[in-house]
Amino acid sequence: MTDNRFVNRSELIGILLLAVFLVVILPLCLDVFRLNLVAKYLTYAFVALGLVICWGYGGILSLGQGVFFGLGGYCMAMFLKLEASSVENTKIQSTPGIPDFMDWNQITSLPLFWKPFHSLSFTIAAVILVPGIFALIIGAAMFKRRVGGTYFAIITQAVAAILTILIVGQQGYTGGINGMTDLRTLKGWDIRPDHAKIVLYFFEVGCLFVCIFIAQFIRHSKLGRILVAMRDKEDRVRFSGYSVANFKIFAFCVAAIFAAIGGAMFALNVGFMSPSFVGIVPSIEMVIYTAVGGRLSILGAVYGTLLVNFAKTSLSESFPELWLFGLGGLFIAVVLAFPNGLAGIWGDYVHPRIDRLINSSKPKSGDGWTDSSVADGAPAE
Amino acid sequence: MLIGHKPKEFLLAVEALTVSFDGFKAVNDLSFYVEENEIRVIIGPNGAGKTTVLDLICGKTKATSGSIQFHGQELTKLKENQIVQAGVGRKFQTPSIYDDLTVFENLEISFPRGRTVFGALTFTRDTIVRDRVHEVAEMIFLKDRLNMSAELLSHGQKQWLEIGMLLIQDPELLMLDEPVAGMSVSERVKTAELLNRIIKDRSVLVIEHDMKFVEDIAHKVTVLHQGQILSEGTMDHVKNDPKVIEVYLGH
Amino acid sequence: MFGDYSIGDLGSIFVMQGFAGLILFSVYVLMALGLAIIFGQMGVINMAHGEFMILGAYVTWMTSNLFQSYLPGLFGGYFFLAMILAFFASGALGMLVEWALIRHLYKRPLDTLLATWGLSLILQQAYRSIFGAREVGVELPQWMLGSLRVTESIEVPINGAFVMALTLLITMAVAYIMYKSRWGRQVRAVVQNRIMAGAVGINTEKVDRYTFGLGCGIAGVAGSAFTMIGSTGPTSGQLYIVDTFLVVVFGGAASLIGTIASAFSISQTQSTLEFFMSGSMAKVLTLLAVVGILMLRPQGLFALKVRK
Repeated sequence: MTDNRFVNRSELIGILLLAVFLVVILPLCLDVFRLNLVAKYLTYAFVALGLVICWGYGGILSLGQGVFFGLGGYCMAMFLKLEASSVENTKIQSTPGIPDFMDWNQITSLPLFWKPFHSLSFTIAAVILVPGIFALIIGAAMFKRRVGGTYFAIITQAVAAILTILIVGQQGYTGGINGMTDLRTLKGWDIRPDHAKIVLYFFEVGCLFVCIFIAQFIRHSKLGRILVAMRDKEDRVRFSGYSVANFKIFAFCVAAIFAAIGGAMFALNVGFMSPSFVGIVPSIEMVIYTAVGGRLSILGAVYGTLLVNFAKTSLSESFPELWLFGLGGLFIAVVLAFPNGLAGIWGDYVHPRIDRLINSSKPKSGDGWTDSSVADGAPAE
Repeated sequence: MLIGHKPKEFLLAVEALTVSFDGFKAVNDLSFYVEENEIRVIIGPNGAGKTTVLDLICGKTKATSGSIQFHGQELTKLKENQIVQAGVGRKFQTPSIYDDLTVFENLEISFPRGRTVFGALTFTRDTIVRDRVHEVAEMIFLKDRLNMSAELLSHGQKQWLEIGMLLIQDPELLMLDEPVAGMSVSERVKTAELLNRIIKDRSVLVIEHDMKFVEDIAHKVTVLHQGQILSEGTMDHVKNDPKVIEVYLGH
Repeated sequence: MFGDYSIGDLGSIFVMQGFAGLILFSVYVLMALGLAIIFGQMGVINMAHGEFMILGAYVTWMTSNLFQSYLPGLFGGYFFLAMILAFFASGALGMLVEWALIRHLYKRPLDTLLATWGLSLILQQAYRSIFGAREVGVELPQWMLGSLRVTESIEVPINGAFVMALTLLITMAVAYIMYKSRWGRQVRAVVQNRIMAGAVGINTEKVDRYTFGLGCGIAGVAGSAFTMIGSTGPTSGQLYIVDTFLVVVFGGAASLIGTIASAFSISQTQSTLEFFMSGSMAKVLTLLAVVGILMLRPQGLFALKVRK
């Protein structure tokens, strides 16, 4: 890997294949209901993508990505909710013009922090900035004091717990356990009918590819290599003149912002937002998407997310008991047997065989899925 | 000795340095001075505090009291990466390299440019970087292994790689912690040759047990014992110091 | 928020809430002890710890059912047998898990976290399949019902007092095992220098397995105690896991005293705050305070300063 371009040829092929799959094959093969389901799964792919940078490359395991997914999602949902709560839509309420759950909780005027969410441009900025700044604060507080590894993971769990309790407890301001439901229009454009769902799907896929390219750029920059170096020998990086904390904060913020974009897409595509996507359990589940795809593989994160969620939907529809056994087993298997996930299986078994079959002159090392570097989870000892 | 002199001409001035771990003083009221282009070797029995002294200078361990001045700049107040940027390089006892990266990438990361987050994002691998990496790789006998994963190098080659990483960093003060430990005889000879070449034009602080090696390179030797200086001077002076003989042979 | 109460009222509130907090404290300590042994001594984060506790609770429930059906005359004493069974059931499962899973992951703490989370999901579903999704409660023997009158205005429920006494006993036993017994010395030797401990003839693999088993066994006993004050469901354990981790981390991972002190301060803060605001806000404030303090002092309250 001596060249410095941010996408090499085989990676480009991989990205194109994914694009064909998401833009052509899936929309042609699936009905709108199923396509919307894919859209919902893909919102998690943003989180998984962020975790590739933060956990796969940087070695920083955050078990609280639901927090950022939630913050992004709630910012978007607040805008949509306000639009849905126009005075004429809510004239049966005792206070018309405020969201229904506020009215139910005897709140008579819109709280101050809700007011800016009347503006779409403010909302879009907030989707990025609120989680970004929150991640910056947590990251700075932890990484500057050299808290990392399992401690950091536990703290992010605690943050996820705190935010969930807060959202559920303050139902007058947040909609409580039910979340924000009944989201209808975006600037007057109805987001509920089938054609809107299709447009939103393509919009989401577009955003996903933007994030994939950003991730590619980071990975192939020197910063990407510093993250790998840091994961391996933090002290050496420090004594080569880098501020390790700043690089960790950056990786954590990128992961947070990706997750937040996913959350905002969720509010748009699925039409509601609730605390059940914020807490400890969903946050850890999001890590498994990355792990299944291969923690070092940018495209693997997307495939891993889709695969786990398809399995979840089909298994939990027909055999609900089996699903938890399956998910639990997946956590263990992916850690013990396949630390590099699907991408590792592809790189180790499938790709070399295809190569041998075609017997082409293309060297094996340049495949687009895997990185030549080994995960910190590779069988050690 | 030069106590009482204004230590202005010194590159590194360590004064009254003390560090204690739960009451145990690993380094106790230590003072010494290193001049520009001087090669200083620190010797002493195990547990004398040698590695701790290097840890204190490079900021890995925070001093309890005392001062470390480098070019007149107080190092005890700086963070590790700032100390590196001030011109201090450190090689660890066990080879500390990045196993997951190639030899080229290992060297490139140590190249002193683009050390901020933004700088690292926009860093480009231009001809200056390439030439410098190739130049250093040649010096450390790894020219034909640039695209190899560093994990696959032998122990001695890993030591050379780390020395190379320091070299590309181009520090004014180079600190080496047992650079020939664990090496085969032929590697040892090559390393001595390498060190002799790279210690020109800079000051070097070396910890080493190999007395033959010490004699070869040292301008001046400092003997540490229980966190304090036992003796200091030329190799001959130190070798004949009765206190040193007592510590080394008396136990 | 204190404005509406006189000083005398406040005193009573603190005493009353203090007792409520002591029961929470006992659960925290029992949960945290096992976790602290495993995390502090081995550096392993066991996300399935809550499920080991719940196993102990189910064992206790089954024992009480057996006594009710076959030995009603001895029902008053079932708890003591149940506790021992719970210890061995959870301990045995723990040793099995260490052998099958944990020992492959000692150098990968983050992966251990994920693997044990997977284990916790499997155990939860296993409990649901075996015992049903509904929460079960044990029937307390006659002598544990009612309360002790301490003074005119203060009453202590007997089951609460019993759990506290039990906590005290287990804590002392753990302290003895870890700091006074030969085996505890071996564990600490392995923690400090694994290679050297192996070289002087300590079987480090065996020490690891038994340490993990001990931690899980204590969780089982915690589960026994837990049935005295709450009902047991497949996911009851999960509710406590993050809180308990915060207790362990807050106390400074390797310190027994620290664990107890931090369990005490966290449980007391929470139960005192609960009187002034809703339970959820009290929890938010408590967790925020703990996280805030951990950011200022990441090594915990009682960590020693040592050379790394």
